Amino acid sequence: MTTLAVSLSAFGRPEFWIGVGILVAIYAILTLGLQLNIGYTGIYNFGQVGFMAVGAYAMAVLVVEAGWSFWASLPAATLIAVAFAVLLGLPTLRLRTHYFAIATIAFAEIVRYVIQNADGLTGGSQGVLGFEIAWQTIALSLQADLGLAPELALVPLLIVAWVTLAVLFAVLLALGRSPWGRMLRAVREDEDAVRALGKNAYAYKLQSFAVAGAVGAVSGYLLALYLSFLSPDAFLASVTFISFAMLIVGGLGSFPGVVVGAFIVQVVLEGTRYLQLPLTDHQVASLRYILIGLVLILVMALRPQGILGRRQEMVLRG
Amino acid sequence: MTGRQPAVSVGRPGLPARRGALARHRGAAAAVAAAAALLAAGGLVDVAQATVNGLTAGAIFALGAVGLSLVYGSLRLINFAHGDFLTFGAYAALLANAGLGLPLVAAALVALAATALLGVGMELAMWRPMRARGAGALQLILMAIGLAFVVRYAIAFVAGPEPRRLGVDVTSSYDLPGGLRIGQTELWVTVIAFAVLAAVVVLLRSSSLGKQMRALSDDVDLAETTGVDTGRVIIVIWAFAGVLAGLAGVLYASALGSFDPNVGFIILLSLFAAVILGGMGSAYGALLGGVTIGLVQEWSTLFIDVRWKLVVGFAVLVAVLTLRPEGFFGGERRL
Repeated sequence: MTTLAVSLSAFGRPEFWIGVGILVAIYAILTLGLQLNIGYTGIYNFGQVGFMAVGAYAMAVLVVEAGWSFWASLPAATLIAVAFAVLLGLPTLRLRTHYFAIATIAFAEIVRYVIQNADGLTGGSQGVLGFEIAWQTIALSLQADLGLAPELALVPLLIVAWVTLAVLFAVLLALGRSPWGRMLRAVREDEDAVRALGKNAYAYKLQSFAVAGAVGAVSGYLLALYLSFLSPDAFLASVTFISFAMLIVGGLGSFPGVVVGAFIVQVVLEGTRYLQLPLTDHQVASLRYILIGLVLILVMALRPQGILGRRQEMVLRG
Repeated sequence: MTGRQPAVSVGRPGLPARRGALARHRGAAAAVAAAAALLAAGGLVDVAQATVNGLTAGAIFALGAVGLSLVYGSLRLINFAHGDFLTFGAYAALLANAGLGLPLVAAALVALAATALLGVGMELAMWRPMRARGAGALQLILMAIGLAFVVRYAIAFVAGPEPRRLGVDVTSSYDLPGGLRIGQTELWVTVIAFAVLAAVVVLLRSSSLGKQMRALSDDVDLAETTGVDTGRVIIVIWAFAGVLAGLAGVLYASALGSFDPNVGFIILLSLFAAVILGGMGSAYGALLGGVTIGLVQEWSTLFIDVRWKLVVGFAVLVAVLTLRPEGFFGGERRL
């Protein structure tokens, strides 16, 4: 029995919860964009990690290579991510959802290959460093002001991540309840009816995708600050699929569900690190992904609206 | 709103979309221009060498893409786990060869059978019950992605992340006329792949089962009303797709020399490009699309660094979706 015990002491350490808290906020922000696309608009964006990567790298390259200030790079990098979304969406959002799904997953992978290969710009597999000096100054002064011990050095980032999440959450919730949000749901429910009303369904889908791109970029900045080192391996396609697991655990069509889903999935994933099983680290890592795969299969098979989702929010059509 | 509506079927029977003589000449002119650019960039020997390499890769892509396209056409399911079926085939061959001590050819045959069983097993366990419940597109896509994770990481769990190799000769090579070279294993891989592709074409064209598979992939309802036993043919399609994916995995692993559990996911992008180039749902289209993607990726190395090969495949995918989303080889079809 002892081999199956979880070493609970890890869960008592504040560093564990600070790390989990930051990752929950980052993933929740990433997943808010997915919720807008999947849950609200019914467009199958499988490349959300691509926008996270574009945002993070655009920011880092502007700061490190072009010498921009960190603060000026953030809106610029967000615009770049939006431009990517528009350029990708223009040819593909007119087509049936399946083509869009393939195009987005391919887009995210290609972003990663480009980052890996364009090493003159991105550092390739060596990664890029030194973009977060402006932030470190603020974090250190915050740490001093709050009188935090050295092992709590990440608390300022935790605060910023959750404030960012709260702001984006409020914005998306308001957007979701606005006439614009109702149009998105109308597109999801019946695109032909939207067209019959003289509305441009394609334009709404493009707007939804562009907003998801911007939101994805923001999650990328926070990830960059958390890692303080960017490498292509941080943006594997699996990030999008973990985000999907959070989305469906929290329920389709619900922004609060995103936060709940991100928390549950992240705690389970991080918790497996402390499972004392007679396995290698690599096998435990594989088990985590098998778990994500099983969540995707079982939730979609048994409760397609998501564990905490409402059935009437999700009319499933072929 | 816009003039171009994707939901409308293009080119119904009786209304063939005729392409003018001008368009045909333009296509020929583009081909001549591309050939001239290739020769200018690389010289005859380099172009021929890239063509040989491209045919090897393209034949493997074609094997993988045919099954992916048939499954999509008949079930409207994008099998995101298809790349991992290739990985499964490669590792099954490794297990039978190195683990059980079977000779490589026998091990490869075991691997094909195992991959076919995986495909049929998942049809019975997941896809058929889900279709019976009228599952939507999102459900099916996410389940396919979940399956891809389970297959890939179950392989990684058992076999470990380190690169493996099949017991093939990766050093000997043959000199071809004109100063070209091809690795001994690559030559075998290419010959086997094209032989199987030829057999696939004969099977799809001439056998009753092949025709039924194509009919189902083209229009499920029409096939059903004309007396095709859809349940049975779907099983055959999965077995067929599994055998071809397993073979593609074994051949790719042999040609590459070493492989790891991510090999199938990486190749999946090229398979998608092949399927879309050929027209989603068309078996012949996927076949031609696969060979084309292999050639285009290898030819691109004459102009740009070899590391950008995959990006070239993606560029083709987006270009096709933009210019002619119904694909180039599948004939006119619904989008």
